[in-house]
Amino acid sequence: MKPAEVLIIGGGPAGLCAAISAAELGCKVLLADRNKKLGGQLVKQTHMFFGSEKQYASVRGIDIAGILLSKVENNENVEILSDTTILGIYEDGVVTADQSGNYFKIRPDAIIVATGASEKTLAFPYNDLPGVYGAGAVQTLMNEYGVKPGNRVVMLGAGNIGLIVSYQLMQAGVEVAAIVDASPKIGGYLVHASKIRRMGVPIYTGHTVKEAHGTETLKGVTIWQLDDKWNPIEGTEKRFDVDVMCISVGLTPLSELLWQAGCEMKYVNELGGFVPVRNEDLETSVKGIFVAGDVSGVEEASSAMVEGFLAGLSAANYLGYTIYNINEKKNDLHQQLNALRSGPVGEKIRKGISELIFSSEAAVSKEI
Amino acid sequence: MDDKSIVCRCSDLSVKDIRDLIAQGYTTFDEIKRISRVGMGPCQGRTCTQLVLRELSIATGRPLAELMPGTYRPPVKAIKLKAICECAQGGEAHD
Repeated sequence: MKPAEVLIIGGGPAGLCAAISAAELGCKVLLADRNKKLGGQLVKQTHMFFGSEKQYASVRGIDIAGILLSKVENNENVEILSDTTILGIYEDGVVTADQSGNYFKIRPDAIIVATGASEKTLAFPYNDLPGVYGAGAVQTLMNEYGVKPGNRVVMLGAGNIGLIVSYQLMQAGVEVAAIVDASPKIGGYLVHASKIRRMGVPIYTGHTVKEAHGTETLKGVTIWQLDDKWNPIEGTEKRFDVDVMCISVGLTPLSELLWQAGCEMKYVNELGGFVPVRNEDLETSVKGIFVAGDVSGVEEASSAMVEGFLAGLSAANYLGYTIYNINEKKNDLHQQLNALRSGPVGEKIRKGISELIFSSEAAVSKEI
Repeated sequence: MDDKSIVCRCSDLSVKDIRDLIAQGYTTFDEIKRISRVGMGPCQGRTCTQLVLRELSIATGRPLAELMPGTYRPPVKAIKLKAICECAQGGEAHD
């Protein structure tokens, strides 16, 4: 059994930042990621980030991954396990893992779960045709593997992912026939939406998919309009002849390891589904298990990084490591999170998180 | 058309299949899982859970917040039994 001080599960923006801050306090970190290359979803983000300087605003996601990776790869306190999937967290605190087909156990003193989120999908007729993709999957195909998914696409979902991937599809030479969103308003940032509208792509709000067409592969998509009670209106159908359809209807936390560990979970719609109850320092209801990033509530990579730094500090501190200005550091990170969650979009997030926070020691029950 | 809308790609279950099971009285995710294998394939529910819970919410009138997803057990992805055997046979170092 492999011993570890802090095991960090997931090497995306949250996990990388957690590794950096825990290691800075002198803590030995084991960082596991299921992919061969760390960086999570950052590696396919070719656009520049918002936020402030501390979250690498105006730097492209892929370059942020490079900056963060350089800080863990040459760090004597960090051991990286790539191509490693954490399979389970058991009640006695033992963790099982699979590294390239080799099964083994780890006994960590603390765990930071930073597993991220997965794409939600929709049920509509012929949704299993080849050519129907998640928007994130198409982004991986194009930006990581250099594969053009098709020639003409309908994007379902006008949130930030839907808008950004639509733009990147156009950059790759794919025609975007339409962007469709069931809600009456565009969910993503206006700056992204305006850029796409200027390029002549229609955005149909208050519409949804009626059905896909095709026998062997996708040949077309029919959409229809929704009334103010979200019921489809007959006679409003529009058909688009496309060979690709992207579904971008939100993300949901990849929280199965937290369920297994017995962490108290709560359904918060604003955060993407079931999320862990935690204290301000991101410790869950199971002592010694911390969370950071999308698994603790779906937000942006910027807040995932800040949460990562915070969870790294908290986990190291839980094991007795500290630094002279730890409170100052924590306050700064809390302030950064508040700033990222300001504004109308952030209000939803803040409301969701306020339902999740417990602050009393009594609420923290079991030990790992 | 509900029989063409796929909820569970791993076990090939449509919206119609799920609605029929709910009508027969299977009104929790775990019950539907046990009778149909939804959520037990390679995706381990990562694709279908949301869709099944939505159908359950619509049919029973209970909000999503009150519906529980199924029980999560290790391992989170398929692994070869051989790998577990090799670990178990590795002696004390591999307890």
